[in-house]
Order: sequence, then structure tokens, then C-alpha cells
Amino acid sequence: MIWLTWRQFRAQSFAAVAALAVLAVIYGVTGSHLAHLYATSGLATCHARGDCSALSSTFLTTMKSDSLYPLLFFLGLGAMYLAPAIIGIFWGAPLITREFEAGTFRLAWSQSVTRTRWMAVKLGLIGLVAIATAGLLSLMITWWAGPIDEAGGFPASMNQQVSRFSTVLFGARGIAPIGYAALAFALGVTAGVLIRRTLPAMAITLAVFAVIQLAWPNWVRPHLIPPVHATAAVAVNLNDAIVTHNGEMIVPVTRLPGAWIISNQTITTSGHLFVLPATGPCAGGAPPACNAWLATQHLRRAIAYQPASRFWAFQWYETAIYLALAFALAGFCIWWVRHRRLS
Amino acid sequence: MTAVIAARGLGKRYGSRWALADCTLSIPSGHVAGLVGPNGAGKTTLLHLATGLLAPTTGTIEVAGGQPAISAAQLARVGFVAQDTPAYAGLSIADHLRLGAHLNPGWDARLARDRIRKLGLDRGQKAGKLSGGQRAQLALTLAIAKRPALLILDEPVAGLDPLARRDFLQDLTEATAGHQTSVVLSSHLVADLERACDYLIVLAAGRVQVAGEVSELLAAHRLVTGPRREPATPATLPAGWQIISASHAGGRTSMLVRVDGPVHDPSWTVAPAGLEDLVLAYMSRVAQAAGHAQTLEAIR
Repeated sequence: MIWLTWRQFRAQSFAAVAALAVLAVIYGVTGSHLAHLYATSGLATCHARGDCSALSSTFLTTMKSDSLYPLLFFLGLGAMYLAPAIIGIFWGAPLITREFEAGTFRLAWSQSVTRTRWMAVKLGLIGLVAIATAGLLSLMITWWAGPIDEAGGFPASMNQQVSRFSTVLFGARGIAPIGYAALAFALGVTAGVLIRRTLPAMAITLAVFAVIQLAWPNWVRPHLIPPVHATAAVAVNLNDAIVTHNGEMIVPVTRLPGAWIISNQTITTSGHLFVLPATGPCAGGAPPACNAWLATQHLRRAIAYQPASRFWAFQWYETAIYLALAFALAGFCIWWVRHRRLS
Repeated sequence: MTAVIAARGLGKRYGSRWALADCTLSIPSGHVAGLVGPNGAGKTTLLHLATGLLAPTTGTIEVAGGQPAISAAQLARVGFVAQDTPAYAGLSIADHLRLGAHLNPGWDARLARDRIRKLGLDRGQKAGKLSGGQRAQLALTLAIAKRPALLILDEPVAGLDPLARRDFLQDLTEATAGHQTSVVLSSHLVADLERACDYLIVLAAGRVQVAGEVSELLAAHRLVTGPRREPATPATLPAGWQIISASHAGGRTSMLVRVDGPVHDPSWTVAPAGLEDLVLAYMSRVAQAAGHAQTLEAIR
């Protein structure tokens, strides 16, 4: 059964190896340059001297000035999110539907191998390849982006940095992609087993996986460990704060490098959400007048965040939960194929 | 002789439609048994129940001494060639033989190799490039080389031209004769079965109409022709006659009847029934019964 599974999967695994090899060359060469840039920046020993902030901003500016690094940074991000979806759509969904559409399941199920074993070997072996592929890809990208993550994250506007803990980057680092690949694969197989036609199964897989990947980081991940709440006085002015369309002001957090800021609100002395008034000095007047008025309001900033030190705890939790879901789906697939005698 | 397929009250329902209903039959081992019936009679359903690809809605079925597909050992006892003889289009013939060797503990590698050589097939050729006849032969090779106690074939020659059909059936008979393999073969063409089978099951409208050894069935049925008797009821006929089908033309009535023993009534001309006559008679009996039911329905 292992032989047959491997023989049927050979072409896909070669494609995966080829893709990994191409990426390894690109990220290997540029990654060693980036590592060199980091090593010569003095950032590694900055804690002893206390000049980390200045050095990291110098390093990040140098990095960003070569447009190749930002390009590869975001390309890697895209690859990390695409890979599990591709695995689910092109490895998971057709795994069983192909047999149904060609009628070959009748050939396979007439051999001296029970359906349970047939299904278990297929799921186990290709599931492992999926996990290995995502793991290797993540290892590569995480290593490549290591210097940028160490320096606090990719520089964005308003002195903000996109850290590896942020909603967007978290899933493209460490071991979490392993869980994503396993779940996407199991989802694909489940859709295939239930729908039995390749194209609809592929579409359903993509839709369900996209919903999970959108809902999870926004609504589930922040609560895996209760966030830390902190409220402190902050200088609010129009130059440093972001003003939203309904007049709320967000003052970026710069003192918590590597932390994941979940919510950030500017509140009044009575604890209510502060909104720029539509009348008075800030209503279309000159910014200096508005800033002067803001300074008299004694505004505070209330944030909820996950400290940088929790990064790996979150990685492990998330990976474990995704893997558990993948195992549950795989078990369901085996049960379904065994007990629902399809023909 | 023990039964190679034994079904009791076997039924399979899809939604509200019974594809097979109340099927009780026992096929003794050591035969090449033909399963014949019109399209949609439930042949494929019965064979899929026998291979364990389907689970019955009602009743039980035992194949080669066990519940179908219950274990690897049970699967090893039954070889199956599905309708349209599926094969992995992207795998070569050699790959298929390797597949058989890896997945079947009783695999007879030499038998498989010799058959492929004898058939003149190129081992490196992809199954997707084979003709229908060649693919059927490949599927048969896989099923035979696992050395099953029972070989089940679902319309194996349906897609083949007449010459390929003859060769395939001849080859099947030769290949299984030496191994004490029982065979169950379905077809909707009597001519195919006449060539290969020594046991016959007529399946129509989801039920077994008649089953038995071909020689015994032929001995027990007669084509009789005589003066018109309409309606042809048992009361107007010699004792012991069971009418299977009757037709009236001009002043004469022709019937296929089941009789035990010789016919003495001089008013009837008696001729032996061929297998085709017999099968058609049993199949048309069902069709007429269905027609009657519809007519009655319409009158009401």
C-alpha cells in the first residue's frame, strides 16, 4: 500500500521538491547577505551597550533601501500562506475523488487490503509529506526573515513595526504552518470523500480553509492566552496619532518590541473612548491649536497585548490545535470510507 | 459442494427504489456461473454486494465462506473485475503488476507475467493508452493472479468487439480451469454466457427468476407448439406443465414450459429449448407481469 501511495503521488512530490529547491536557492543566497548585514550592524551585541533602538533603525533602513529584501519578505509571506492552501486543494481534494471519477476505487478495494488500511496509509503518508513540505518552507522563510524579526519587525509607517507576532506574520513563521498544512490537507480529503467530485471538492476546500485562516487569527488566537491590559498617560497629537474615519485616535505603541498589540484605544480621564470633537479647536482649525487643546485633555492609552515572550507558547498551542483538528478529520475520513460503502 | 455465493433475503435500496429485492440464491462452487438480465435488473448491485463495495439494506450475503470485504484475508479470496474494467491511466502495465504484488499476499507473479507476455502486451505501456480489450485483459490478469477462490466479473466484455469478446471469454475459461477457481460473470447477452458458463442465474426486476446448472435447465424446459389455447392456463394444459411464456399467432399457441419428464400429448409439437429461448422467456415473463400491473392500474 505504501508503494502504491508513493507511486500515485510521485509527480506531486517531485513538483514540491522542485519548488522547494528553487526557493532554497533564492532565499539561501539573499538570506546569507541579509545575515551578513545583520552581523555587521552590531545589533547582536546592542543590549550590552544600550543602543539597540538606533542600530535596529539603521539596519532596517539599509535593508529597506535594497528593494530586493522587501520584495522577498512579502513573497515569502505569500508563499507561507499559499502553500497550505495549495496542499489542501491539489493534494487533499483529489486524493480520493480521482479514484471515484476514474472508477479505480473498485480496482483498489478489490485488492487484499482493507479500506481502512488503504485510507490510513494514503492519509498518513501524504499527510506527512505535506507537513514536511510546510515545515521545510517555514524553516527557510523563518531563517531568512530572522534578522528582520530580531530587529523588531518589518518597518511600516508611523514608526510601527510588523513583528513576527503580528496577526499577519505569525502564521508565516515557526511551526504554525505545519498545523495549517495538515489541516488543509485533511480538509481537502474530507471534502473529496463527502463530495466525490474533484472540482467542487477543491472549491469547498479553498473556501473553508480561507474562512478558517481569516477567522482564527482575528477571533480565536487572541484568546488562547488572556492578553495583558495596560493603561497609561500618553501624549496625543495629530503628528504621531492615526485618526480613524469616525474620529478615534490611535497612538502607535513603540515601547513593546515584538509584542502583539491586540487592541489600542485612546480614552478620556473618565475612561470613555476618546473621539475628536466636531466643534472647537480641532474642527478644521490649525493643527497647532488642536495639538495644544489635546495636551490639556489628559488622555490615556488603553492597550491589550500579548508580550513578545509568549510567541512560542502561541506557536505551540496553535500548531497543536490545528494538528488535532486534522487528526479528527482524518479519523472521520477513514470511518466514512469504511462504513459508508460507496459505489 | 459448498456455496460460493449464498444470499438470503438480500436487498439494496437507493432512496425509495429497490435495485435488488428479496434475493435468495446459492451458487455452488466449481462453476462458471452466468448472471444474466436486462439492463437495470440489479446485476451490478448484486455483484457489488458480493464484493463488499456495497452494504445490503436487508438480508445477508456470504461469499467464499465469509462476509464480503470484512478482512484482508476475505478480500484475498475474491477477485473482482469491475464494469468498464478500471485501471490507473497514468500507471504502466508493469506498475499494475507491481501493485498487484504489493497488495496481495497470494500474488502469482509468474502467472501474471506469463499472461501479459502471452497477450503480447508491452509492459511499459501506460494503461490509459490501452484499447478496451487490452485493459479488460489487464484487469482480468490482476484479478486472476491474486489467486482468488472466487472470481467475479461485471460485464467484462460489454465494451469489446465480437472477436475480442470471444477471445476474452475463451481465455477466461482456460485461465480459471486449472486453478479450481469459481467464476461468476454477468452479461446482458446470452451468447456470451452460452460460450463460457455452466451455471445460469436469470435476474430481472431486482429478483432471481431462475437459477441452476445450464444442462439441467435445458433438460427441464421445452418449446411446445399446438392448437390455439387462449388464455393458456394450467387447467387447459397437461398436468405438471409450468408455463414460462406463451404467444399466440394464427391458430396456434407457442409456449416455453418447464416440465419434469417427457411430453406425451400428441397434440403438441415439442422441441428442445435453447439457452437464449429460456432466458428470454423468463425475462419477458417479468416484463408482461409489469405490463399487466400497469394495465390494471390504468383501468382502475
